[in-house]
Amino acid sequence: MSQVAEASTPAAGDGTTYDGLRLRGVTKSFGAFTAVRDLDLDIPRGSFFALLGPSGCGKTTTLRMVAGLEAPTSGTITLAGQDITYAKPYRRPVNTVFQNYALFPHLDIHENVAFGLKRRKVSGVDEKVREMLALVELESQARKRPMQLSGGQQQRVALARALINEPEVLLLDEPLGALDLKLRRGMQIELKRIQTEVGLTFVHVTHDQEEAMTMADTVAVMNAGVIEQMGAPEELYENPHTTFVANFLGQSNLIEGVVKSRSGDVVTVDMHGIDVSIPAARTHADGDKGWIGIRPEKVLIGDPGEELDAPGNSIPGGVVSDVSFVGVSTQYLVRMPWGQELQVFQQNTGHRRLYRTGEPVELSWRPEYAFLLDFSQDASAGAEQGDD
Amino acid sequence: MRWLREHLVLILGMLVLVYTFIPILVVVLMSFNDPASRNVYQFNEFTLYNWTHLCEPEGMCVALWRSVQIGFAATLVSTILGTLAAFALVRWDFALRSTTNLLIFLPMAAPEIVLGSSLLALFVAAGFAGNLGMITILIAHIMFCLSFVVVTVRSRLAGMSDTLEQAAADLYATPRQTFWRVTFPLVFPGILGAALLSFSLSFDDFIITNLNAGTTTTFPMYVWGAAQRGVPMQVNVVGTMMFAISVLIVVGAELNHRRRVRALV
Amino acid sequence: MASTAGAAPVAVADVEPDTGRRRGLTGYLLILPGVLWLVLFFVVPFYSLVATSLYDPAGSDFRGYEMTYHFQNYWTALQEYWTPLVRSLVYGGIATLFCLVLGYVLAYAIAFKTGRWKNLMLVLVIAPFFTSFLVRTLSWKLILADDGFVVDFLQTVHLLGEDGRLLATPVAVVAGLTYNFLPFMVLPLYASIDKIDHRLIEASSDLYANPFVGFWKVTWPLSLPGVVSGTLLTFIPAVGDYINAQLLGSPNQRMIGSVIQSQFTDANNYPIAAALSMILMLLILAMVLVYIRKAGTEELL
Repeated sequence: MSQVAEASTPAAGDGTTYDGLRLRGVTKSFGAFTAVRDLDLDIPRGSFFALLGPSGCGKTTTLRMVAGLEAPTSGTITLAGQDITYAKPYRRPVNTVFQNYALFPHLDIHENVAFGLKRRKVSGVDEKVREMLALVELESQARKRPMQLSGGQQQRVALARALINEPEVLLLDEPLGALDLKLRRGMQIELKRIQTEVGLTFVHVTHDQEEAMTMADTVAVMNAGVIEQMGAPEELYENPHTTFVANFLGQSNLIEGVVKSRSGDVVTVDMHGIDVSIPAARTHADGDKGWIGIRPEKVLIGDPGEELDAPGNSIPGGVVSDVSFVGVSTQYLVRMPWGQELQVFQQNTGHRRLYRTGEPVELSWRPEYAFLLDFSQDASAGAEQGDD
Repeated sequence: MRWLREHLVLILGMLVLVYTFIPILVVVLMSFNDPASRNVYQFNEFTLYNWTHLCEPEGMCVALWRSVQIGFAATLVSTILGTLAAFALVRWDFALRSTTNLLIFLPMAAPEIVLGSSLLALFVAAGFAGNLGMITILIAHIMFCLSFVVVTVRSRLAGMSDTLEQAAADLYATPRQTFWRVTFPLVFPGILGAALLSFSLSFDDFIITNLNAGTTTTFPMYVWGAAQRGVPMQVNVVGTMMFAISVLIVVGAELNHRRRVRALV
Repeated sequence: MASTAGAAPVAVADVEPDTGRRRGLTGYLLILPGVLWLVLFFVVPFYSLVATSLYDPAGSDFRGYEMTYHFQNYWTALQEYWTPLVRSLVYGGIATLFCLVLGYVLAYAIAFKTGRWKNLMLVLVIAPFFTSFLVRTLSWKLILADDGFVVDFLQTVHLLGEDGRLLATPVAVVAGLTYNFLPFMVLPLYASIDKIDHRLIEASSDLYANPFVGFWKVTWPLSLPGVVSGTLLTFIPAVGDYINAQLLGSPNQRMIGSVIQSQFTDANNYPIAAALSMILMLLILAMVLVYIRKAGTEELL
């Protein structure tokens, strides 16, 4: 399921019917502020797609344009070949699970779930509602009011109320945001199960990277109105294309470097006097300077001169400046000769000894784990937002 | 002593509450009074006569009925106009919004005597001085109820997020269906509250009415007139009934609300 | 109702996200009837009142009135009726003060001491005031009557002389005003006090130890918005009221409302009545403005 839309995308505007959800050149401005900028997006039918980004990045606006609650300033939205750009929300086969559920407080659970079917004058409503409530395991609560249910139950009612309409696309706007951590983990698995079971297209908007990666087949990372990178979760994590993605999804060490040579499939970079090599497929910088990126858990730590199980890039001269023992791993901050502090996460396998603050160490990593990013990007982009 | 100190505020508060009920007790008591003579306003002997002969005092029931009619008419018009205006203020954008807000606020802040005399000045200037009556009373009542309706309905509407309406639209409800199935049912308690408030304001108004009523007599005006001559005991029966009816309505609504809240736990 | 509301369908799709408010003709159509009513029967009458106050005082119903910009009317009105005017302001002020004390105790008790009975208590506060204003006031006439138990009691404890009385005294009028306008004070006070986080008061008792200091430094300042709106809501109608003065007082307690009413309807002296009305309005407006400014700075201090 990791095929990113681009691969299966026919050239834009060639008239071929695309059976998924397609956004072309969508822009949305509120006065002088542009929330979404010239967005192209293809979401294949039946996929679980996550739109991930910090608050204010334009992800909710995108969702609301698909739902028909906002009209784009320019661009088109098509769904299964139909242009729905300006269709009224009640005339498009799209349903939404709202952030705070937006359950009708004056109607009971059964009536809430039946609402959409009744508006479309579908027959056999009661039977369908019962089946749907069974799917979300709320049969016994049918005659209660939303206020009488717990947060998790309300969340499932909101899901049932949208799902029962069998929409072409189901939109989820931070659906788990109001739940506490434990419930959220449970609901993530539940949502994934239901999506697999009903096979509908889910578009999930969230600022929680873990949530996006757990559930979605494809994640699009959005920042400041544009999509920074799109792909399968592991691909985004292992091979980020921008500093924002590198920092927003997990954590990264970004070190300044100068490209010395590009030969075949290896790029050699001078990192403060040490040559490090990076696979060409993992370099996303054109200039002769770049940010060398390496995830903290990919960095090995050892005594000076020690042969580490990572032939390739070995960086001597570090001094441990901080140690945090967190159980499954130990997190080190190591001050390098050029003054920068690098993060190193070491698994507590029991085979390695713990280092203390002030000890001299040597770092090393396998070349295939490193990546090179464009130097014009801000090395701290997305760092704070990724922390929550 | 310690108990007293801890509960001092509560005790004082309840004493104030008791104080507000003293006149009501007297009214209820007097409604069962058989006075010694027409001019002695003092409890004499228990009787049900006042309740069984409610309309005996000349003109009282006519005035009462007139007040009820005026109350209903003023409530109907002011509730409709006020609800529409509240919707406009909360949901629609238009020029002169703050001026409109001021226009709605001022009638509630002005003393009744000023409101009443302004209206009278207008009616006099318009050559209407000889025709004061039901129409002029209604005009006045709708005017001063209107602001209260707008404020009540507006606060209900403002407390309601429009996500619910978006959810309805998302679930295939047309704008009309959204209004009648979601918006209106949710705002209705506010509208009902505004209507009850309007009715009691209109029914009880004396100062503005007295200036603009001409020779027409409403119930408060009847009581006013009777106060100079000697008040018939039946007036207390009406007072008791007003109290009982409104308490029933309000306590009923409160118990209903309570039952729903209790179901949550 | 059905047709008017139906004619204004809620066009959800056009929501402007910045204000959440839609633009369009419908908004104007919705607000127009109400605004029109208020303009015709509140703004225009006020203009009439101003005009009437400047008419030639020599006019009458028969001869008609002439607009002569006779500002002299204001002077005449003030000269002749300054006593009831000042009396109204004083009575209204004292009654407001009493309301504030009683209302604060009640509102505080309901907000902090009644727990889950809060709503029921609020209902009880309003309940007595659903009975006719006049019937309630007449009831006070009975309670304060010369041979009533209140006067008897006060005479027994020698707070009143043998032939001392309450009716037809300022005491009765102020008592009546206090009683009748109490809910106007309690409700805004309650709204303000109820919003105060009870932990703040606990924190203050932790820091100041003395509950009185804690009250003055924490509860009172936080409840000021309620105090300001409550006192205004009480003072304004109390000054304009004349029912209490008429039913519980004597001609010596005559208030300005009564003068305006009788000048209009009995004496048919419209210019003077209108001028008095205007003076009352302006006085109240001035006092309110000064008061709000003062209360506002206190809040800042």
